[in-house]
Amino acid sequence: MSREENAERLCEVMRDVFDNEDLEYHDSLIADEVEGWDSLSNVRFLIAVEKEFGFRFNSGEIDEFKNVGEVLDVIGQRATR
Amino acid sequence: MNNPFGMTWLLAAPIDFKERAKAQANSASPNEAEARRLAACALDLNQLGILGKAVGKQKDFFVIKAGFTPLKLGIVASHTMDYLAAALPGTGLRHSLVVDVVLAGYGQVAQQVLDPSSDFAAQRPDCVLLAFDYHALGLSSVRLRRDDADQAVSAAIDHVSSMAAGIRDIVKATCILQTLVPPSDPVFGSLDARIPGSPRAMVERFNVRLFDEVAKQNDLVVDVAFLASKVGLDCWNDARGWHKAKLASSLDAIPLYADQICRVLGAARGKARKCLVTDLDNTLWGGVIGDDGLDGIALGQNSAVGEAHVALQRFLLDLRRRGVILAVCSKNEDVTARIPFREHPEMVLKEDHIAVFIANWSDKANNLREIAATLNIGTDSLVFLDDNPVERGQVRQVLPEVAVPELTEDPADYISLLANAGYFEAIALSEEDLARADLYHANADRVSLQKVGNLEEYLCSLHMVATLSPFKAAGRIRIAQLINKSNQFNLTTRRYSESEVEAFENDPLKFCLQVRLADRFGDNGMISVVIFDKKQDEWSCDTWLMSCRVLGRRVEELVLATVTEAARRAGAKRLKGTYIPTKKNGIVVEHFAKLGFARTGDLPDGGTTWVLDLADYVAPELPMQIVNGDDFSSVTDAA
Repeated sequence: MSREENAERLCEVMRDVFDNEDLEYHDSLIADEVEGWDSLSNVRFLIAVEKEFGFRFNSGEIDEFKNVGEVLDVIGQRATR
Repeated sequence: MNNPFGMTWLLAAPIDFKERAKAQANSASPNEAEARRLAACALDLNQLGILGKAVGKQKDFFVIKAGFTPLKLGIVASHTMDYLAAALPGTGLRHSLVVDVVLAGYGQVAQQVLDPSSDFAAQRPDCVLLAFDYHALGLSSVRLRRDDADQAVSAAIDHVSSMAAGIRDIVKATCILQTLVPPSDPVFGSLDARIPGSPRAMVERFNVRLFDEVAKQNDLVVDVAFLASKVGLDCWNDARGWHKAKLASSLDAIPLYADQICRVLGAARGKARKCLVTDLDNTLWGGVIGDDGLDGIALGQNSAVGEAHVALQRFLLDLRRRGVILAVCSKNEDVTARIPFREHPEMVLKEDHIAVFIANWSDKANNLREIAATLNIGTDSLVFLDDNPVERGQVRQVLPEVAVPELTEDPADYISLLANAGYFEAIALSEEDLARADLYHANADRVSLQKVGNLEEYLCSLHMVATLSPFKAAGRIRIAQLINKSNQFNLTTRRYSESEVEAFENDPLKFCLQVRLADRFGDNGMISVVIFDKKQDEWSCDTWLMSCRVLGRRVEELVLATVTEAARRAGAKRLKGTYIPTKKNGIVVEHFAKLGFARTGDLPDGGTTWVLDLADYVAPELPMQIVNGDDFSSVTDAA
């Protein structure tokens, strides 16, 4: 699956988790720019990503994401679906 | 079915769930039925959040117009409970509750419940959930000395006791206690169970002491440990989530956990269901009584389907014992629907157990209304059990307040779906419940744990009831099954087909006997089959077999007493017995000798022949009650 296709799916996950239909994906998107993206919904977000793409982040990864693009990088390497 | 957190008794959420839930949240005139239908689905955290927002926005509607019960739930916890808090209002809707959550700051248990002027206490919650994790109570690392282990558990108990007292006396709210979920990772291995200071053993001891020492009469208890064990500790516990966000469980567990809490809250507010309404065909038994007839329906008889339906009936009877009302709603002719209740030997449920029995051809939603009206309860007190998805759909559509468990196509799943849905959650067993149970079962199963000194006393203590009948249609399948399967306790190992068995039923030259045996532990079902050929002076044994699970119960003596009595009455002088050896029936080589027959000869294949002179025979006293069931209805009554 291409990076663009994954980005589209990732964006759907974010819209769902943060309950924000207008959300648009870009690589440098960070939590502060998204209403409702706090430390609590962040955990829900990561778990929803795992479900959508069929893999599990390790603890090191979830500590280090700086923006959505980095999440998408890991998805590119690890996604099983 | 494979999702360990799955709430499979609920319908899957519709694809347009989000839009529909938001429509309710934003509507000037919300729709109670629609809200109930949405809440009755299996929802994930996101969906529960959306529904919860609708509850928040429409609080007045749900409380004032729809009559849901408002409840302010405080939560104090040693770990992150925000996800649970967010899931509770949506889940509450499923249980006719409007839950308002007051969440104390993380790790602020003592500060919030011991200080009457705390923000938390000031909000006057009705109930407070006191949630601890074993880490927070100092039970996460091993203690090698017994004393240290005892001290650690006592310290944990003391701490929880003080916090519970604060909730009761200072916050002045109902205290909701939780059992602790044990850790999933062993320190020693199996030995953890024996080392009092292993984290697992300490948590288990804590849980026992929680009930003995902490829980007071009016407290509520949520058994999270049981829930986690059902799901599987490895699935429930989530180390990564603990390290990242102090989550005490996997997030996937939250919807189920929230439902468990709302059931208990609902039960405390009188919202638990009161009556189970069951369909008949393919629900209480396999097949259709009107088409398949009494002999054709699957019920018991050692078939997987038949046994599953019997097990379901037993489960329903247990529900009735604890005070749940049972009713029947079936599309059938009334007289046809009642036949199995009256005539089928394997029926566990009797007409007496059914408070309202409706069998007709009108639609089920109407019948459910009538059942509720007859019982003087609301339709929101009903659970409707039906294998037919069309009937379930119709009831959900017309009466969304009725709980309708989604069933699989396998009757073996029915009990689990019904039990795990938690419709009949109770917060206590009342004196009234006990009195009612006594009334129902004055004689039935008073299991006395008296000590028995010898075999005869043991047999007496079993309170056995043996039921003897001639062959007839109702037991035919099981008779043929025993004739074709029994190898060990089988004197002649003659096999007969079902149609041959049927022919014996009316053969004047055969004396045929089927025996059922029940005892205080339950009904063993049909356990012995005997066929004698009748001649003027001599009755000779064609078939004598017995299930090995009732060996040593003196059933063979009962059979002999019964045969001799019949033979005497017919004017016979002797009984003749034959033993035909096989590789498997060595157990009965001395059968006739033990019963007092005299050996008369040897057969070429190693068999033996025997005779009993009826003039010499004296019937023994037997440690069982004997029911002569000309008809089978007496059988199960006795059982």
